[in-house]
Amino acid sequence: MLTIVSKTEPSALKGNLMRVAAVIIALAASAIVMAFMGYNPFVIYGKIIEGSLLSAYRLTETINKTIPLTVLALGVAVAFRMKFWNIGAEGQMMMGAYGAALIGFQFSYLPKPLLLILMFLVGALFGGLWALIPALLKTKFSTSETLVTLMLNYIAIKWVSYLQYGPWKDPKAVGFPKIANFSDNAILPKVFGVHIGWIITIFLAVLIYALFKKTKLGYEIGVLGESETTARYAGMSVAKITITAVLISGGLCGCAGMMQASAIETSLSDQLSNGIGFTAVIVSWLAKLNPLTVIIVSFLFSMLMQGGNYIQSAMKIPSTMSAILQGIIIFFVLGCEFFVRYKFVYKKKNNGKENA
Amino acid sequence: MSDHPYIELKNICKSFGTVAANRNISLTVNKGEILALLGENGSGKSTLVNMLSGIYSPDSGSIFIDGNEVMFHSPKDAIKAGIGMVHQHFKLVDILTAQENIIIGNKNASFIKSKELSQKINEVAEKFQLSVNNDKKIYNMSVGEQQTVEIIKVLYRGANVLILDEPTAVLTPQETKTLFDILKNMKKQGCAIIIITHKLNEVMEISDRVTVLRKGQSIATVNTSETNPRELTEMMVGAAVSLEIKRTETEKSSSPLLSVKGLEVTDSENIKILKEISFNLFGGEILGVAGIAGSGQKELCESIAGLIKASSGNVLFMGDNILGLNPGDIIKKGISMSFVPEDRLGMGLVAGMDIVDNVVLKSYKQKKGMFVDRVYGKELAENIVKRFEISTPSVNHTVKKLSGGNIQKVLLGREISLNPKVLITAYPVRGLDIGASYNIYDVLNEQKQKGVAILFIGEDLDVLMELCDRIMIINNGQIMDIVNPDSVTKEDIGLLMLGHKKEEDSNADNC
Repeated sequence: MLTIVSKTEPSALKGNLMRVAAVIIALAASAIVMAFMGYNPFVIYGKIIEGSLLSAYRLTETINKTIPLTVLALGVAVAFRMKFWNIGAEGQMMMGAYGAALIGFQFSYLPKPLLLILMFLVGALFGGLWALIPALLKTKFSTSETLVTLMLNYIAIKWVSYLQYGPWKDPKAVGFPKIANFSDNAILPKVFGVHIGWIITIFLAVLIYALFKKTKLGYEIGVLGESETTARYAGMSVAKITITAVLISGGLCGCAGMMQASAIETSLSDQLSNGIGFTAVIVSWLAKLNPLTVIIVSFLFSMLMQGGNYIQSAMKIPSTMSAILQGIIIFFVLGCEFFVRYKFVYKKKNNGKENA
Repeated sequence: MSDHPYIELKNICKSFGTVAANRNISLTVNKGEILALLGENGSGKSTLVNMLSGIYSPDSGSIFIDGNEVMFHSPKDAIKAGIGMVHQHFKLVDILTAQENIIIGNKNASFIKSKELSQKINEVAEKFQLSVNNDKKIYNMSVGEQQTVEIIKVLYRGANVLILDEPTAVLTPQETKTLFDILKNMKKQGCAIIIITHKLNEVMEISDRVTVLRKGQSIATVNTSETNPRELTEMMVGAAVSLEIKRTETEKSSSPLLSVKGLEVTDSENIKILKEISFNLFGGEILGVAGIAGSGQKELCESIAGLIKASSGNVLFMGDNILGLNPGDIIKKGISMSFVPEDRLGMGLVAGMDIVDNVVLKSYKQKKGMFVDRVYGKELAENIVKRFEISTPSVNHTVKKLSGGNIQKVLLGREISLNPKVLITAYPVRGLDIGASYNIYDVLNEQKQKGVAILFIGEDLDVLMELCDRIMIINNGQIMDIVNPDSVTKEDIGLLMLGHKKEEDSNADNC
């Protein structure tokens, strides 16, 4: 008879080794799937690496994907640390992009640095306010933030769709439903061939790391995440902390939206978020809400996405192959957390006489 | 009697992770015998009886019932073998009647024949001289009645071995006496009874033999008539321990530090939980609060500490009304009042954070700027660890991984390091072993000598009577009396806890 037994928590090193082992096993399991589909897994893995790293263009593409994913995952991490289950990164990103686009189109005459800073601020503000709705509903009426943030995603995306197909449709696009491009001074400049967002992303990750580890606010968010009763006992203002943290969380997602709109799309589009708001939830969780680890995990996920695109165009293998790979890796790494805490013990079944 | 004991545990071992909860424990119980299982918290008592009742299965060792080896895979197997357990926290459904609770989980028939059942229940009750009203709902019952239902439930299922896990922890002296009468009766009927406790006077009163556990090992099994409390304590703790709590004599402050006047608290359904509570608390005294669980102790503490709103009344701290302020305001105003809540890891401490982050919980705001001063925090934590002899690998150790006693010391240490004038403690020794408890009493006495006013919410009447200068008895949210422990008996306090005022007693005599 197999029984599940909890075990002592392994050391940090051993735990991490188990997680690395889980990724390796996941790659092996995926290889079996690929082999069944008639592909040579080694070739596919090689192509994924080739397609995501091995040329300046491809590497740039990978980094371009890493930037929004990291910033969104940071935003999610701030809320998750407080056990506020914000799965609305997608919508907050969209609203951030919308806010930035409003400024980008309205004040296109402003000098570039000023315009970009303004776009950042308004983008963050819109993302933050979009996240504030579920927070207020939660503090006032104890609604589930998980549901409300999720539903607000669709509202945000459909709002942008409405603009794209309606009032903001570019008349020069000859009937094609698309919003006009930004003027040049609303587009983020490049540093070393990649848009300046990468510097901002690293800066934000360090900032959030410091927020968690050093500041009173980060401490308060942590205490509140552990127990609201304790927070109140210690004289903290629960509502104030919740609102501040949620504004930061949504604000970061808004920033991601602004950067994506300005540097990558050079416009607003309902395809802008494309599901990475959900990937960010996974990234944040796999990184155990550690802002610096988030960067690494985001990069690895971006490699998979970029590599997936590459095998589709170069080998005519559907890019869903890499989506399967992502799924299998997540499955194994999350499953590994079970084995970090529990083990199976085999016990001999002994049908003893029970004639009491 | 047969030549083998009715129940025999042989060389039982059980580990959780690397912690060995039981190491080679052996014990025996005969029919018609009460065995007391004595040991401090964490000595492995509960683990052991959980294996006997089928909740855990042992890693090695064997269990014999009436000479036959058995192996339990689930509590069901144990019930089938006639072993019944009454848990410390009752497993009853509040909104159901006694009868419904008793038959719950019995799947022998698809339809419930109510009359037949109640007859059967009454038969069982009569046999063991238990009295219960079958149709009374659990939520209308006192703790003692609920316990009786638990016992009948077990007996109804045909148990002839009864295990009781700290059955008296929640009972008043009177209810305890009733329980002991029941147990003696069952003994006469030939049941084998195991009672877990750490109250020595009860062991002496009720048991025939005592098995003492320490750190997962059985230290000794002795006949109760051949031992005494002192010897038992030494076996339990492993060293000689003085069992007296000294009550230090100190001068009381001339005016009260904390004065509560007409305090009332109502719950969300507008039911008064505290009614007209008025008392004074002086510096240099320990005022004990006695009452059966849920008499308003929690609300009393939390309303004074500003955690819940009071509907009327005043709480004066050195003359200033502080009622209506929230805990943040109270800390900000520099009012040095500390509250050690009963729910340590859920309210007083942050379970998942380390000692440093926990000791700065109330003082981190004092430093200006946006950063938490962990250099100071580390210093403070190291001081507290040293002063209160907290055993921990380091001050960066997660609090929830410490033992109960050490967790309590972190909490008490933090509050005392704030140099309070008023200290409110709710059940500060709950779940602590004897050594750790005495440590806590010493700390409280030390604070009292420094002139601190202490409100001590307790549950063990013996401790309350030894430690406190005055004892306030509350029943159903009302103060019954404030007494001097030297001029009353434990039974007097017990009656007050149950809501019998002295005058009422004399009236009752006249009837």
